[in-house]
Amino acid sequence: MNFEQTTEMVAGKLLRLAVTELPKDIKEALQKAYQQETSSAGKTQLKAILDNIELAEKTQTPMCQDTGTIIFYVKAGAEAKNLDKIPNALRNATKRATTEVPLRPNAVDPLELKNSGDNTGRNIPFINWDIIPGDAVEITVQPKGGGSENVCAMGMLSPGEGIKGLKKFVIDSVINAGSKPCPPNILGIAFGGGADIALKLAKKALLRPINQPNQNLELAKLEEELLEAANSTGIGPMGLGGKFTVIGVNVDYAARHPASYPAAVAFNCWAARRATAQIHPNGQVEYMTHDVR
Amino acid sequence: MAIYRLTTPISELQIRKLKVNDVIYVTGTIVTARDQAHKRALQHHKEGKELPINLEGLAVFHCGPIVKKEDDGWIIVAAGPTTSTRMDIFEDEFIKNFKTRVVIGKGGMGNRTTEAMHRYGAVYGAFTGGAAVLAAKSIRAVKAVEWFDLGMPEALWILDAEDFGPLTIAIDSHNNNLFEDIKSRTRNNRKLIYEKLGIQ
Repeated sequence: MNFEQTTEMVAGKLLRLAVTELPKDIKEALQKAYQQETSSAGKTQLKAILDNIELAEKTQTPMCQDTGTIIFYVKAGAEAKNLDKIPNALRNATKRATTEVPLRPNAVDPLELKNSGDNTGRNIPFINWDIIPGDAVEITVQPKGGGSENVCAMGMLSPGEGIKGLKKFVIDSVINAGSKPCPPNILGIAFGGGADIALKLAKKALLRPINQPNQNLELAKLEEELLEAANSTGIGPMGLGGKFTVIGVNVDYAARHPASYPAAVAFNCWAARRATAQIHPNGQVEYMTHDVR
Repeated sequence: MAIYRLTTPISELQIRKLKVNDVIYVTGTIVTARDQAHKRALQHHKEGKELPINLEGLAVFHCGPIVKKEDDGWIIVAAGPTTSTRMDIFEDEFIKNFKTRVVIGKGGMGNRTTEAMHRYGAVYGAFTGGAAVLAAKSIRAVKAVEWFDLGMPEALWILDAEDFGPLTIAIDSHNNNLFEDIKSRTRNNRKLIYEKLGIQ
């Protein structure tokens, strides 16, 4: 198998893994929420979510009918060869997974109002690139559900209000979203940079495992504070009331212009799907988020 | 909170017993209907035309399923609920005319539907958003499909279900609406959260 074929095969496998099996940190957080939820309606919803996850895994069926918009993150080793083959491989993997897994066709051309039927279209699947040292290529897929995407929020806040303004923006976004993003959610939050930078960092923050505390102690404290505040809203699982509106908060930031305070909140539904693998130059593949049998 | 297992056709008396936060499981006939099917059903009623199925005592499900054709039958692959508020403009007339007893969906419904459920005896059962495999598992068979010209997601899929649920009663027939309660509680909690975070 050449590099392009290996990449296509790995990306196809990542898509199947992502939509049928949640990473361990998300599963554990949902289990913990079920054990600790005190609202009966909330507990019922969490039990249904856990049963659904188990069934999906067992039957290798997508855990949700909305298999999302397909987004890839590629960390390309500076010494790796044939990087230009990656976009085509990811596109072909997406088309194949759409019929083989199957995935719901979710790529609609907004001008022609036509669904391509294979989850590809202009700029979709979207690929985010990073260059890293070494000769390996790391690929992550993030199938992103539409319900939670629809409540993502971006604001240009007042620098004078500082971090208090950010906290208010986050809480207001959670309350406005209510039951719509299929809670319990994961929040990716970013501030600083510019409008686009904040949103990009917020969405990327959704990929960080929620059982790993932020290495920046101040951000770790902020994450904890926002998690507790979001869970004090009472929205609860699926908006039916309870303690668990959010099971993870991941914050990132960038330096900001003195006159600007961009802030972004990205929401992920309970089906917080992601899968990552590394491809080495000798063709060896390591799956990082899932146990591959 | 109580748990009930109901079999269609469901009577008004059975519905009146249910309170918000109760959980029900439905066995029997469940019919999917989204925007277009609701619209056509009401149009048929207005013109005095019969519906392809008598909906009295049945459950209507806000769902656009993924269905696979196999030999001469159909198999439900995924059948999670869709957002119910879009059907708020039809549901009161729908319940009144067709005596549907259970409406299944996600996200809850508004005052118009809540009032109709109170007046004519129906409930709203919230099914977990995205739990498509769980939903598909309790569907024993596709009995028939009507109005297929509306497209796969919008057609009337007449399903034979066994213990379909859990459905949390979020609107009962006594003017209680759990989603509205949570919303007003959340509005009050906002002030407390602001205080705790030192905002304003």
